[in-house]
Amino acid sequence: MKICAQKKGNILYIRLVGELDEHNAALARKEADRLADENAQIERAVFDLSEVSFMDSTGIGFLIGRYKKFHRYGVPVSVTNPSVATDRILCMSGIYTLMSKI
Amino acid sequence: MTNYMKLELAAISENEGFARSAVAAFALTLNPSLTELSDIKTAVSEAVTNCVVHAYKGGENACVIIECRAEKTEAGGILHIAIADRGCGIEDVDKALTPFFTTLSDEERSGMGFTIMQTFMHEFSVESAKGKGTTVRMCKKIGMPETEKERLNA
Ligand SMILES: Nc1ncnc2c1ncn2[C@@H]1O[C@H](COP(=O)(O)OP(=O)(O)OP(=O)(O)O)[C@@H](O)[C@H]1O
Ligand SMILES: [Mg+2]
Repeated sequence: MKICAQKKGNILYIRLVGELDEHNAALARKEADRLADENAQIERAVFDLSEVSFMDSTGIGFLIGRYKKFHRYGVPVSVTNPSVATDRILCMSGIYTLMSKI
Repeated sequence: MTNYMKLELAAISENEGFARSAVAAFALTLNPSLTELSDIKTAVSEAVTNCVVHAYKGGENACVIIECRAEKTEAGGILHIAIADRGCGIEDVDKALTPFFTTLSDEERSGMGFTIMQTFMHEFSVESAKGKGTTVRMCKKIGMPETEKERLNA
């Protein structure tokens, strides 16, 4: 799993690349939390899931955890471009009430 | 003869990707669609991850045993999967199956694993004994007509 960050204006895009399962989540968590600490002044964080080739329930816990982390800095979180399979899992979890899909 | 496979592997997170890919590769003999394959991978990943994160509190001999049977039918086939551990077992299975129930909420678990397995597969059951272990059995019908799929999803 790879994480790429890119700032466009005042929005931080965090692109996840690879399979988001329990094994890969540990590293992704550390990286994303570091980005949150370094970008406390941004307007919004957007997780780009277009290159997540696999995700299970670990991804739900991962995204809720990052939502909480950014929330502490008052930064809202969104997700974008989930695959059909990923979207189905995220819908089931009700996560879109916490973070918008854009 | 029905085709089958049995796989025993260490209950460590490194093996999660291998386990779901191995079952998906086995399922290919039934000629599944990409969606069916993706459903199978997700359900297997949930069951194996549960063995890794819940069944064993460290210790030696932590293993996961996966058995699959591929049954050919006129429409395509049925993939039968059993995923077992010899870990701590589940105290209250009904409670564990409740959506959002988790015993590890401070480790970013969402309690959706069993719900996902039930949604993505056609049959599902859990057998568990305290101190002995847990077995999850699931099956996926491959090549169902679209109408029946829609009926199930409705
Ligand atoms: N193999 C197992 N051995 C022991 N306990 C288990 C096992 N599988 C599940 N459980 C128990 O059942 C609960 C529910 O499992 P489920 O997979 O639905 O959610 P979770 O693993 O807690 O969270 P998530 O799967 O969303 O990350 C777990 O919290 C755990 O207490
Ligand atoms: Mg689980």
